[in-house]
Amino acid sequence: MCGIAGLIHRDGAADVGAEMTAMLQALRHRGPDDAGFALYAPPRDGYVMRFNLAEPNELRGRHFSERLERNRQEVEARLAKVGATVDRLDRQTEYSYRAEFHVDSDISALVDYIEDVPGCEVISLGHALEIIKDLGDAHSVADTYDLRRFRGTHAIGHVRMATESDVDISGAHPYWAYPLADLAVVHNGQLTNYFHWRRRLERKGHRFQSECDSEVIAVYLAEVLEQGTPLETAMKQSLDELDGVFTYIVVTADSLGVAKDVMAAKPLVLYESDSLVALASEEIAIRALLDREIDTYDPYEGQVLLWDR
Amino acid sequence: MSGLGAGATAAHYDQRGLVEPDVQPPLVAEIDGESARFDGAQLSTRQINAELRRLVYAEGVTDVTVDNPGAKHSLGVGILTRCRIHFAGSLGYFGCGLIDGPEVQIDGRVGWSVAENMMSGVVVVGKNTGSLAGAALRGGDLVIKGDVGARTGIDQKGGTILVGGSAGMMTGFMMQRGRQIICGDVGHSLGDSMYDGVIYVGGRIASLGVDCVEAELDAHDGELLDRKFRIYGLDRPGTFRKFVCGKKLYNYDSLEPSERKLIL
Repeated sequence: MCGIAGLIHRDGAADVGAEMTAMLQALRHRGPDDAGFALYAPPRDGYVMRFNLAEPNELRGRHFSERLERNRQEVEARLAKVGATVDRLDRQTEYSYRAEFHVDSDISALVDYIEDVPGCEVISLGHALEIIKDLGDAHSVADTYDLRRFRGTHAIGHVRMATESDVDISGAHPYWAYPLADLAVVHNGQLTNYFHWRRRLERKGHRFQSECDSEVIAVYLAEVLEQGTPLETAMKQSLDELDGVFTYIVVTADSLGVAKDVMAAKPLVLYESDSLVALASEEIAIRALLDREIDTYDPYEGQVLLWDR
Repeated sequence: MSGLGAGATAAHYDQRGLVEPDVQPPLVAEIDGESARFDGAQLSTRQINAELRRLVYAEGVTDVTVDNPGAKHSLGVGILTRCRIHFAGSLGYFGCGLIDGPEVQIDGRVGWSVAENMMSGVVVVGKNTGSLAGAALRGGDLVIKGDVGARTGIDQKGGTILVGGSAGMMTGFMMQRGRQIICGDVGHSLGDSMYDGVIYVGGRIASLGVDCVEAELDAHDGELLDRKFRIYGLDRPGTFRKFVCGKKLYNYDSLEPSERKLIL
């Protein structure tokens, strides 16, 4: 089933971490397996990178923490080797890390080099984007990663009921659109031509970090946008080229968009005002944000909508 | 009728045996003669439904107002008696499904599957609804003043769906009986695979579905449309087009393939 949510403030930064937590918790019944956030702070000069060095449910072994520490040092060494200035590198949980750094070189080569460290998976990379995802509901993920104090302009989130792949972090949304900085996607639905697109995109040099069909949307958009296509055009194109049933939300450093498949099989409710746009699988998630009667509507089949912050 | 009233401690059922044995109504409504009112803000879905059932089955109340329903799912379902229910706000999915008799007014919006499988009664929604409005409707009137999503009245078997705004794709998909009146535009595949029934559309039609054909309006259609708009005080569009089943897919008979071989 899965639940998705998004919000964008058009009048400056707000407590998007706390707001997205409330929205996702209201959708908990749609997906109790994982919760994931893509939060956008005001853009910075350098990069912020979130990465994991292990899956939460992987076998620990005798020297688990030593191995993780060794791999963390290796990530730091590799960042230095490609000429990055690391401003800070913090451990968020036992296996999850957050780094801030400056670098001039190509980030796709940098990500490839870092992910070559055993067990390493880059969850997100960008000037504004931070993706946080883990097992459990939105409250537990927000507590573990201290998200309620996160201030920013926009955010998307996802609660997952795993149907197509395992319950683990690599199967959780949002997906970062490697190698495009700051682009992330959440998806509700199933894609039926997943393997077709995955093979085609892999041949073009894209990397997939999971077995989840939703990841293909992020990578597909990265591929189309890299050719200079505007985001809205790329999203309209996706309605023809992706098969299946889907509603997905895509975010960049300064915009938030939604696309609904031509069968209109997956729900989405939309609230729009001059200062805020909020959307979710169910109105109850928007009401977690705005505790009053509001006007909402459902976008129709084949619709693509895009808002700037 | 065994009561669900104040002081009920042991497991009680209403006369149809419909209440869960362990349900405890929150007993928060202010009852004034035959009308009652309560605030749903701090109540769970189960508590709101249990309170509603207590009022209309056990307390003899015929007119209930629920404040702050808060877009919760499955509110007002399975009420099988004549009464008036007023939700002063929005409902979530499956609002007022499986009802038989009530007249329901909803000030806000309802999510997917409003009034699903209603047998009789009236549901009037003040704003928009999601997809599958009036799915498998059997009777009664479902009136939505705003827009509706896709597959309105899927599998409809009776009753009338009246939409003041526009409707999405596959409106009237596989409908078998009943009427739909859509004032605004409709999406692709209108009346796809419908078996029977009538769809009236006031706006533009993106495309017709399989075996859905246009028919001529007659005096009966005009009378029905006038009456429904008069009852619900809605603005009637100047012109309507009427769509019915073309019956080109009617290949039914009561014989098994092996029997047909013997007879034909």
